[in-house]
Amino acid sequence: MSQETAQHKTEQADLLKLEGIGVRLGGRLVLSDVTFGIRKGEFTGLIGPNGAGKTTLLRVILGLQEPSGGQVLIDGEPRQAHHNSSIGYVPQKLVIDPDMPLRARDVVSLGLDGHRLGFGFPSSRRRELIDMALRDVGAEKFADARVGELSGGEQQRVLIAHALISRPRMLLLDEPLANLDLKSEQEIVALLGKLARDNEISVLLSAHDMNPLLSVMDRIVYVANGHVATGSTDEVVTSEGLTRLYGHHVDVVRVHNRVLVVAGE
Amino acid sequence: MHFLFEPGLLASGPVRTALLVGGIVAVASGVIGVFTVIRSQSFAGHSLADVATTGGSGAFLVGLNQFWGFLAAGIAAAGLMEAIGVQRRRGRDVATGVVLGAALGAAALFLYLGTQQTSTTGASFTILFGSMFVISPDTVPALIASGAVAVLAVAVLARVLLLTSLSPDLARARGVNVRLVGMAYLIALAISVSLSAVAIGAVLSTALLIGPAATALRLTKSPVRAMAASALSGVAATWLGIVLAYDSDDWPPHGHGWPVSFFVVVLVVAGYLLTYVRRPRRLAPRSPHEGAECSPA
Repeated sequence: MSQETAQHKTEQADLLKLEGIGVRLGGRLVLSDVTFGIRKGEFTGLIGPNGAGKTTLLRVILGLQEPSGGQVLIDGEPRQAHHNSSIGYVPQKLVIDPDMPLRARDVVSLGLDGHRLGFGFPSSRRRELIDMALRDVGAEKFADARVGELSGGEQQRVLIAHALISRPRMLLLDEPLANLDLKSEQEIVALLGKLARDNEISVLLSAHDMNPLLSVMDRIVYVANGHVATGSTDEVVTSEGLTRLYGHHVDVVRVHNRVLVVAGE
Repeated sequence: MHFLFEPGLLASGPVRTALLVGGIVAVASGVIGVFTVIRSQSFAGHSLADVATTGGSGAFLVGLNQFWGFLAAGIAAAGLMEAIGVQRRRGRDVATGVVLGAALGAAALFLYLGTQQTSTTGASFTILFGSMFVISPDTVPALIASGAVAVLAVAVLARVLLLTSLSPDLARARGVNVRLVGMAYLIALAISVSLSAVAIGAVLSTALLIGPAATALRLTKSPVRAMAASALSGVAATWLGIVLAYDSDDWPPHGHGWPVSFFVVVLVVAGYLLTYVRRPRRLAPRSPHEGAECSPA
């Protein structure tokens, strides 16, 4: 990213802002004083070890988990039900039975009005929208296959199309790269990077490994030990910074443009 | 065709009632059954049917039509199952088991008292295994209306039910009250189970709920087609079962037709088994990566 666009983005107001969020699960404080913002069209990686609270943070933003403190702001106002349509969501790996009577195009169709009561009558306009969404994610080849029979990478594409067809301004993805083979992983990352750039959609993606995302991430939100550190990868992922966050000694090693975070002596 | 359609089949009043009610019951069970299968609620469906037995036998004891007993008990049980909670799988299993045991115990008492009153076993047989030939024409309008309400409710909820089956969190994030939708669905299921309890008996109603739906899910891949195929195969099994039961008057032992419920259930199961004769649609490996494992090293 050039200096000017980076400059331009800092002047812009946050699309999403978390202010002092704390979360208590079963009486235990799992996150405290989490503060960060996401700007329009920005690709943010929500990185941290398994069990750090990445899913919990996404659930707070989605309104599925009530925080014990702090607030979630969208366009500067507290998050309310009418903001649901601004947020597209791709949940963690779904287990879909092969006999589930949903073709890829049916799943995308549910993204349009799956939350509404009533009948969805087929129309050429509707079909066009669905075909377009499938094409945008490269899923046209398996549009008429049952979603339960698709591979993990193919399912991710379909779920991304499902999330995007209602034209949200923000896309939240929970560990979309888990259980994918290397090739699908790279394809999904490239696809998301392109979607964020071309459509100015803010992407917030959780992952336990930041390496596949280094080429597309504008910013990183690193979660560990109930707290977050946020900024550019270079600012956040340092031995000193992460040692402070984890609360014990951590070494950050860079090899061939890859980053390894290892527990220190 | 005379060997199949005995003369006088359609002239018989009870047969006409059976064809009408059987058709409606099969459509309702077929459409609702698709969601029962994809929501993995076959156990709930069967439990509702068992609890309906209590209502049906209770209604018989106090001289009401069994359908109202089935319906009242079914809806009460649906509410109870929901109230017990969906948070914990194990808690739900235990609670359902306990409620089920109590309900069936009461059913045993009611059926016993019923046979003492009338000194026949006909009533218990009808409640447990149904008989479409003894449906009172007075209840037909109520049966049609209930079936229509249940099918319409599920059709209106269809998209939300599908989204919820895909992922409850996905539905919640879009503002769907997943619990309320689940409750509404369970009530529609209770109505459908009550209807099939009237038609083929409380004990066998699960067969008509699950069988055609499972068959349809093996043959179709879109939700609308699955519902249509499920309803159609259910109607086919029910109507053919009625015809065979009517014909069976001439089978040994003479003078007594075989139970219509037997034929319906056998046909439903046969239809399901037939789908296995068909070659599986997708033999090829799912993705190139999985395929690579099969290639010689």
